[in-house]
Amino acid sequence: MLTTNRVAAVTLGALAVVVLFESRKLPLGSLHNPGPAYMPVLLALALLVFAILVGAYGGASRGLGAVGWSEWRHAAAILGTCAFAAIALERLGYRLTMAIALGFLIGVIERQGVFVTLTLAVALAAGSYLLFDTLLRVPLPRGPFGL
Amino acid sequence: MTETVHNLLLGFSVALSPPVLLYAFVGCVVGTIVGVLPGVGPLAGISLLLPATFGLDATKAIVMLAGIYYGAMYGGSTTSILMRIPGEAASVMTCIDGYAMARKGRAGAALAIAAVGSYVAGTVSVVALMFLAPPLASFALRFGPPEYFALLILGLLVLAYMSSGSMVKALAMATLGLLLGMIGIDQMTGYFRFAYGVVELGDGIGVVPVAVGLFGLSEILATAGQETPPAVIKPTLRELLPSRQEWKDANWPIWRGTVLGFLIGIIPGSAHIISSFVSYAVERRLARRPEEFGQGAVAGVAGPESANNSATSGAFVPMLALGVPSGPIPAVMLAAMMVHGVSPGPLLIKQQPELFWGFIASMYVGNVVLLILNLPLVGVFVNLLRVPYPLLYPGILVFCILGVYAVNSSVVDVWIMLVMGLVGYLLRKLEFEPAPIVLGVILAPMIEMALRQSLAMSDGQYAIFLTRPIATTLLAVGVLLVLLSFKSLITHGFDWRERMAMAEKGDEL
Repeated sequence: MLTTNRVAAVTLGALAVVVLFESRKLPLGSLHNPGPAYMPVLLALALLVFAILVGAYGGASRGLGAVGWSEWRHAAAILGTCAFAAIALERLGYRLTMAIALGFLIGVIERQGVFVTLTLAVALAAGSYLLFDTLLRVPLPRGPFGL
Repeated sequence: MTETVHNLLLGFSVALSPPVLLYAFVGCVVGTIVGVLPGVGPLAGISLLLPATFGLDATKAIVMLAGIYYGAMYGGSTTSILMRIPGEAASVMTCIDGYAMARKGRAGAALAIAAVGSYVAGTVSVVALMFLAPPLASFALRFGPPEYFALLILGLLVLAYMSSGSMVKALAMATLGLLLGMIGIDQMTGYFRFAYGVVELGDGIGVVPVAVGLFGLSEILATAGQETPPAVIKPTLRELLPSRQEWKDANWPIWRGTVLGFLIGIIPGSAHIISSFVSYAVERRLARRPEEFGQGAVAGVAGPESANNSATSGAFVPMLALGVPSGPIPAVMLAAMMVHGVSPGPLLIKQQPELFWGFIASMYVGNVVLLILNLPLVGVFVNLLRVPYPLLYPGILVFCILGVYAVNSSVVDVWIMLVMGLVGYLLRKLEFEPAPIVLGVILAPMIEMALRQSLAMSDGQYAIFLTRPIATTLLAVGVLLVLLSFKSLITHGFDWRERMAMAEKGDEL
């Protein structure tokens, strides 16, 4: 049966194998002079052992079907918004990026009215910029037309 | 003793200077707001607000961040008592009797007892921190690389043992964190490891994007699509005074919680969470009428609240004296100190006495500020919870992105936060605890350096860890913990960690 622990064990095991594979590009060194691959290999082996142990006792955990995923659409939209912010932040500038991101989340995802959406999006984007960039002097990126 | 008093006076001269006092106050207010808001615990809160301290000198920055930390611990109790929503994990136990008291019309009394208990615990534990940290730092000067390696490994093992649920799962998460900490330039040879041409990864993965992703963003991902929180019980100022009997019932639990919390706080692990759980269990066991627990027992609020605040100070002992964080929150505090050019460890107290003693004194001041602030302003803080979550979480998300970006002015950190947010969300679904990952990330370079230096010292002999008494003792304690974790497999019963996991999920609530 596909349980949460077994899924986790397979994922962690696969990650450990990837690390072991990637570590071959680095010198392993010797016992008295360990190289840059020494610790990653040691840790990947430890992760592999833990993955096997988690998988071995995996039968007692919940089935994957029993895990609730009802909020996945919201989660995907939020992750998409974060990805947009990462791409746009240094291109469009902080204020414009955040205003668009907030407008999307509040107006499109949460289906709030146009007035509420616009007010909150502009106020939060401009307010946080004012607080951090202007008052606290944390430099935030500017976009076209100095926005 | 005279030297300690003299140093403390020096500390108060720093802490009571108007600018430092102002930042302590701001930290406490912001921390309380962070604690009140569901989904933004102290860990994510400190990480998010780290950039706001960049323009400050080290003392003000550390004082403000510490204010956020213990402000968040205070704030977490408010939502637990009034809404049965723990603002952060350490307040889970307060939900049980705090909310029951609120439903009986004693919300104000529960809040007052939580605030006074937190104040007493905070103040007493700072005294203990003051006396314990300097001798521990002197002792740590005897530590070489093998001792540090053993201490760091013990720290991870204790964190894994103390985590609710499976120790193997916690160790897997700690190993994952250590592996993440391997990304970047190797300190000893200069090789780029697992960076795949991304120059920004040369300095490694920062603890801030990891912490904000795993704790802040993942919480938003998991809760944004769910129903809005239940209605808030709002007490009036007149209701805030507990009765004489309630004070009497709270007295001993506050003192017991203080001592327990501080002792547990020193031990590595999610101390403030564990301490509140242990305190609740102790109070229930010692109670004359244990059947009252769950129905609004005063001791069920006073004990855990005192314990989790006392543990907050306790957790600073190994961080300040040894430079070794005992959990994810001190790990972020350590990272914050390093950003400001402060290296906690045995030499901090001698080299930067103003900072160390100013920090200690500011904790006294912070506790007074919180006591004055929290009770009269409870209504104001609670109003934050009236903002519908669909409008609240986009704002929190903006601060997540802003906070993470501002640390290094790098969008790579925003991507790391995004990935870690997804990882945290999936780990939550798969019932894994993300806290050991954060500790692993920050400890990875220290552990690797200590191991490689130890092996270089011993010409490749691992026996060096078994020939030095301090290192051997520390590792032996670690092995003992691993063996203890197998106990429940043999006895086929629930051990205390499994019971804690059930309580956190609400099975006993």
